Amino acid sequence: MAETKIKLTNVYKSFGKKKVLRGLNLEIKKGESLVVIGGSGTGKSVLIKCIQGLLTPEEGSITVDDKEVVGIDENDKEALHSKMGMLFQGGALFDSLSVWENVAFDLLENKGYKKADAKAEAIRVLRSVGLDPEVADLSPAELSGGMQKRVGLARAIISKPEIIFFDEPTTGLDPIMADVINDLIVESVKGLGATALTITHDMSSARKIADRIAMLYKGEIIWQGTVKEMDETENPYVVQFINGNSQGPIKTGV
Amino acid sequence: MLILRKTEKFLRRQGKPLVNFVFKVGELFIFITQSIYNSLTPPFYGRNFLRQVIDMGFYSLPVVGLTTIFAGMVIALQSYSGFASVGAESMVASVVLISVTRELAPVLSALMVAGRIGAAMAAEIGTMRVTEQIDALTTLSTNPFKYLVAPRIWAGLLVMPLLVLIGDVIGIFGGYVVGVYKLGFNPANYINATLDELEALDITTGVVKAAVFGFIISLMGCYNGYKSKGGAQGVGEATTNAVVSSSILILIFNYIVTELFFSR
Repeated sequence: MAETKIKLTNVYKSFGKKKVLRGLNLEIKKGESLVVIGGSGTGKSVLIKCIQGLLTPEEGSITVDDKEVVGIDENDKEALHSKMGMLFQGGALFDSLSVWENVAFDLLENKGYKKADAKAEAIRVLRSVGLDPEVADLSPAELSGGMQKRVGLARAIISKPEIIFFDEPTTGLDPIMADVINDLIVESVKGLGATALTITHDMSSARKIADRIAMLYKGEIIWQGTVKEMDETENPYVVQFINGNSQGPIKTGV
Repeated sequence: MLILRKTEKFLRRQGKPLVNFVFKVGELFIFITQSIYNSLTPPFYGRNFLRQVIDMGFYSLPVVGLTTIFAGMVIALQSYSGFASVGAESMVASVVLISVTRELAPVLSALMVAGRIGAAMAAEIGTMRVTEQIDALTTLSTNPFKYLVAPRIWAGLLVMPLLVLIGDVIGIFGGYVVGVYKLGFNPANYINATLDELEALDITTGVVKAAVFGFIISLMGCYNGYKSKGGAQGVGEATTNAVVSSSILILIFNYIVTELFFSR
């Protein structure tokens, strides 16, 4: 049985009066690709930020490689981040840097690479996500949404992280480009043997990326299983969500 | 019972802004502490520092130059009209010197730089905050305080004094131009009067003020940008707050530094 890479136990997080995570429990095995699905505002992004130590839960425990994340100091946080990569929903590319400098940021700032070596490595990784070397010297603002996602993916994988987070990787892309990004994600995660946690509400993306799917609703994981199990489940919340029905137990509050 | 309930309601209403104010002060204090600590400890990002020096220093030169030259010219005209009535026209050069070096160059330059650079800092960092670029920095094992805030704090501390020294020279030159070409002073006499009156304390006061103002501009620009929330509206508010808060603090600290140097 594979060892546990990330474990969340009874995690609570709220913002003012709004309770976002309410006793969340979740376990991700080493090398596994877990996709968390759920509607907007259910706490999916907060979940990732808590694991990364960007947000501190009020209660509960989060461990990565059996080391507690909640309340760690800055030095330990930097060490934790050195084994993580992240593809942000909007790309979060640095406007003031060129594409290759974005991709090679970790190599230049933290790994002591020389500029020429870092650029060569950035171009190699850009090629692996299907981008031409000519893109390297452009600024992020000159790229289309799909290209920005690819650059974000290249930045996330260049340091060969043990854990990769994908925050709504296909949002804002056309279906074909979304499928290209899904393929790249699967390829990158399997190629690196990394543990992946993806949050999305795009079901075709979830089906393609996931080894296992968990559904988040009102701050708790209410169901989890494989894609096959998801298709066979009678859980009314999951059935409503994957079929996109407006009628059902999930109230949208419109 | 009704009075008690009304009193409780009143206290709740008054208490909320007070709690918010205390929270904001505490948040700012923590931000200042983190900024100072991270500015003094490695790693240092030299390239970011140089970029800030160029933005804040080189590109602010025209604004500072224009502000101080006209300030010097106006002071020469104003003081002449006053002194002429009591036959003390010879004092114009020394009044221009003291006004420019102690007050006008540091304060006006700082206010102009606060509008130009403080706003830009808040807008840039605020945009980075709302587009998750600051989170991205953190996930790339890079401390945003060291990468974004520290270079701006150092640039503010070091560049503002240099700008003010240049502003001093330009402002005094402005006074000279009006004194000699409009009011008819003898050039050699005007220069001698300026040099005779020149004291190290005048320059030191201006330079110390400039360093304090530079720190304030960078700090408020970074703080308001870093704490901005929401989208474009949040960034807009951060920009306005950065300029307003740094301008007010510049005027307050102008008095405090003057008091420290000149109180008897």
